[in-house]
Amino acid sequence: MNDKPEKLIDKKGLRLDGRKADELRPIKLEVGIIPNADGSAYVEHGKNKILAAVYGPREVHPKHLALQDRAVLKCRYHMAPFSVQERKSPAPSRREVELSKVIRESLEPAIFMEYYPRTMIDVFVEVLQADGGTRCASITAAALALADSGIPMKDIVVACAAGKVDDTVVLDLMDAEDKLGAADVPVALMPNQNAVTLLQMDGILTQEEFEKAVNMALEGCRQIYSMQKEALKKKYVNISEEIKEEAEE
Amino acid sequence: MPILMEKRQLVTPGDLIAEGEYIAGENTYVEKDRIYAARVGIVEYETKRVDVVALKAFYIPKPGDIVIGTITEVGFNGWTVDINSPYIALLRASDVLSRPFKPQKDDLPQVLDAGDLVVAKIVSYDRTHDPQLTVAEPGLGKITRGQILKITPTKIPRVIGKKGSMISMIKQETGCNIILGLNGVVLVTGKALEDEELAVRAILKIEQESHTSGLTDRITQMLKEEKSKKEEKKNE
Repeated sequence: MNDKPEKLIDKKGLRLDGRKADELRPIKLEVGIIPNADGSAYVEHGKNKILAAVYGPREVHPKHLALQDRAVLKCRYHMAPFSVQERKSPAPSRREVELSKVIRESLEPAIFMEYYPRTMIDVFVEVLQADGGTRCASITAAALALADSGIPMKDIVVACAAGKVDDTVVLDLMDAEDKLGAADVPVALMPNQNAVTLLQMDGILTQEEFEKAVNMALEGCRQIYSMQKEALKKKYVNISEEIKEEAEE
Repeated sequence: MPILMEKRQLVTPGDLIAEGEYIAGENTYVEKDRIYAARVGIVEYETKRVDVVALKAFYIPKPGDIVIGTITEVGFNGWTVDINSPYIALLRASDVLSRPFKPQKDDLPQVLDAGDLVVAKIVSYDRTHDPQLTVAEPGLGKITRGQILKITPTKIPRVIGKKGSMISMIKQETGCNIILGLNGVVLVTGKALEDEELAVRAILKIEQESHTSGLTDRITQMLKEEKSKKEEKKNE
């Protein structure tokens, strides 16, 4: 497991898993898979497997957290103990607390919080399997679950990362590239608004490289965004098609 | 100015649906003269107005609405009622007793206890106050029999149909009395259990397939088929 590959990008310019520099991992999106929740989504982003569930708007507990003019958004990002090679303690770690905040702040601009004062919206993100870029995949999943729950939103938030590996700027880092690479730039975007809701950088990049990475990540976001829309529509299109088939029979 | 979607097209939040001189209707928002969708739903264009009919939403109270709620707690001088909404409703004891409430004399749990269901009307609600209910009108009050089902509140108009065509058809075919709470809770009371179950199934079918066309015909067909099956069984 700890064999460190000499090169993360081979002579042909292909990466460890055979992707080109500007290629996304295969992505699968699905909504409405947890009937108990008001809204839910399941995302497979490469080897990442992530579940998101949304409850609310509902009563605020504890009551003193309620705001008189807007709703409260609560986020919980959690990694399952079996999501990584070495068992992860199920207690919330420093990293998970931070990611919960990061996800909350990247989703908040999209929601019409002022419509529902004195209420709370709960977002739960559970990482079942992690392979680099879970924060981005989590945002993508949480935004889908929010849209599925029927909470009014300005746009669906979508996130994707870019970074630097072996002196090359590449899209959508996986775990090995994230750990051994030089830099990681996660970006969250509201594509129709053309507004960035999250921009972080871990590592060192020159200004040109940074700009290239951001643009590459934005392009990746737009690709995932169209998949998100398809996933949301699919739930209803399927029902229409079933009826058509029945009618034809 | 142009409309940007086909009629009755499925949209997701953030989709641009109209530009210029349209009035932004339900589940939409305006930014720089452009109208966007705010929920997953179906676009409806009228002459000067554009709406998105949401496929999933929750109930926001409105004064005058008839709702069906569950008593969750018995308080000092009234009850708290769960009305399937982000906000919890209050029902005052004096309203139910229709006379001033006397704490020494009246035993509230005997009138209405936790778990009881009530048909009620919303008297008041705004952003700063929780909704208040009343049952002091004919047709309102405690529910004693029948079946309850929950559907998405935005689909209640679809169950009612154009000028009540759908709901009156179901009532007629099944012989059940149906009360539609605007909060998405429906009460079905019939003479026999089978009738009630048939009505429940019809309403759930409407919820599932609300965004498709030709629904009234399919529901009528389904009800008629079930009815003839029942007749056959009787004859056997």
